[in-house]
Amino acid sequence: MKLDGSLIIMKKELRSYFYSPVAYIVIAAFLVLSGYLFFDTFFLFGRSELRGFFELLPITFSIFIPALTMRLFAEEKHSGSFEILMTLPVTTLEAVLGKFLGATAFVGIMLAPTLFYAISVALVGSPDIGPIVGGYLGALLLGATFAAIGIFASTFTKNQIIALIVGVLACFLLTLFGLDRFKMLMPSALVGVVEYLSVSGHFHSIERGVVDSRDIVYFLSVIALALMGSVHVLDERR
Amino acid sequence: MITVNNLTKRFGDLVAVNDISFAIRKGEITGLLGPNGAGKTTTLRMLTCYLAPDAGSVVVGDYLASMNPIEVRRIIGYLPESAPLYADMIVYDYLWYVGQIREIPAETLPTRIREIANVCGLAEVMHKNIGDLSKGYKQRVGLAHAMIHDPEILILDEPTSGLDPNQIVEIRNVIKEIGKRKTVILSTHILSEVEATCDRVIIIDRGKIAADSTTRELTEGGDTGNSVTLRVSGVEFGTLADAIRRLDGVSDIREAVDREGLTAANVLTGTASDVRPSIFRLIADKGWTLYEMKQEQQTLENIFRKLTRGGEHEA
Repeated sequence: MKLDGSLIIMKKELRSYFYSPVAYIVIAAFLVLSGYLFFDTFFLFGRSELRGFFELLPITFSIFIPALTMRLFAEEKHSGSFEILMTLPVTTLEAVLGKFLGATAFVGIMLAPTLFYAISVALVGSPDIGPIVGGYLGALLLGATFAAIGIFASTFTKNQIIALIVGVLACFLLTLFGLDRFKMLMPSALVGVVEYLSVSGHFHSIERGVVDSRDIVYFLSVIALALMGSVHVLDERR
Repeated sequence: MITVNNLTKRFGDLVAVNDISFAIRKGEITGLLGPNGAGKTTTLRMLTCYLAPDAGSVVVGDYLASMNPIEVRRIIGYLPESAPLYADMIVYDYLWYVGQIREIPAETLPTRIREIANVCGLAEVMHKNIGDLSKGYKQRVGLAHAMIHDPEILILDEPTSGLDPNQIVEIRNVIKEIGKRKTVILSTHILSEVEATCDRVIIIDRGKIAADSTTRELTEGGDTGNSVTLRVSGVEFGTLADAIRRLDGVSDIREAVDREGLTAANVLTGTASDVRPSIFRLIADKGWTLYEMKQEQQTLENIFRKLTRGGEHEA
């Protein structure tokens, strides 16, 4: 498979995040919220770790990432530029992959300023480095997964708001399934399945510093599924 | 260059394109003409591999569109209707992006962008947002986008719609200039556009081909003939029609409405014969009074109306 088209589209998408104010607003809001979550516990317990920040990341990302991806295909369909994109010599997969890589790179840019938290933690104490590295790896995987889901939601509609709501809902459900109070309500036979399907368990085991290939496989499969679904929807609904 | 065989596309119950076949030769400007909703855009979308046909085949160059859509897209430059470009990009960045996707090497791309900007008259807007441009400029950016890789085939959907008369002339000149070297297909519902720019015209109506010939053949063709408008008094239309039908060279006569209460008629004739002298003599012999007689060559407009059934479904 040729990836040149994807890389060009990725660069273009990454740039166009910064053409509009949305990117700056999303980054600012994300930093304010995550800064609050971080410092909230930082001074309280005298622990040098980033738990507060990573703990809630699946929920913060459930809102912020679909907001970034909502326009990716919905806007193209709304304005008609989708017809131009699909008559350039790129396959649908290349286009989807390009937008996905662009969104994932943006998540990386969004996370970069939070390294400041890690540095401040390292200055005042001697944190365990494993959970921090694991946390960022998990955060990137989680961000990429939600970006793929958000893109999938964006392929169904011309309306960005609908894409946002569907995307947020899907990411939220995947997160909620894994919470303990949710699991208590489930029939015990289903708990194992639901727990496997949920992002929370996989994310938190990576975030604790335990990088298990099964968790990575889980994230990669959700990404692959969502991207393949996007290609299918875009090819079927013209 | 392009061969289309038995192409069909349905949207639910609506048959948008119904079993059409045509061939487009290299180096011609072909106009796809038809009323709104005739199936022009759908046809072009199938040529450019945006839509997959329900039946039939499209061959572009050496490639079968259903087998090699990417190769087909490579040799085609396509501008969809109303140029839906990324509004938040700067013209230069946009052309750069398309140039990269079109695999123009990075060393030659700046030169190529400058060239195409000159051809399309974009020099002074290169660093403006596409969304801030006027419709005319946007259309020109669209043309530049479609031509940046110097494609063998250029497909333009309603390239002049929404432009003012000066811009229309400019865009037509650009198209004619390109048409000297390339194969161009454009769709339009404006007849004068076809007469002004196209070598060849394919008239589409309700998803079917109503006519396919050179523009000249269609306007001067033997079977189109002339039309004589006649206004007479002192005779009922029935009597007049019977008498005129008997004259040599008359192919048909139709009643027309007249505001002054005279008997009015349109006499259709072959191109070869001029029936005006015999009509005059007939009227004089019978003692009727002739108010007006005017002969017109059937224009593309008349032919179009006739072929697309009088535009009855246009409203």
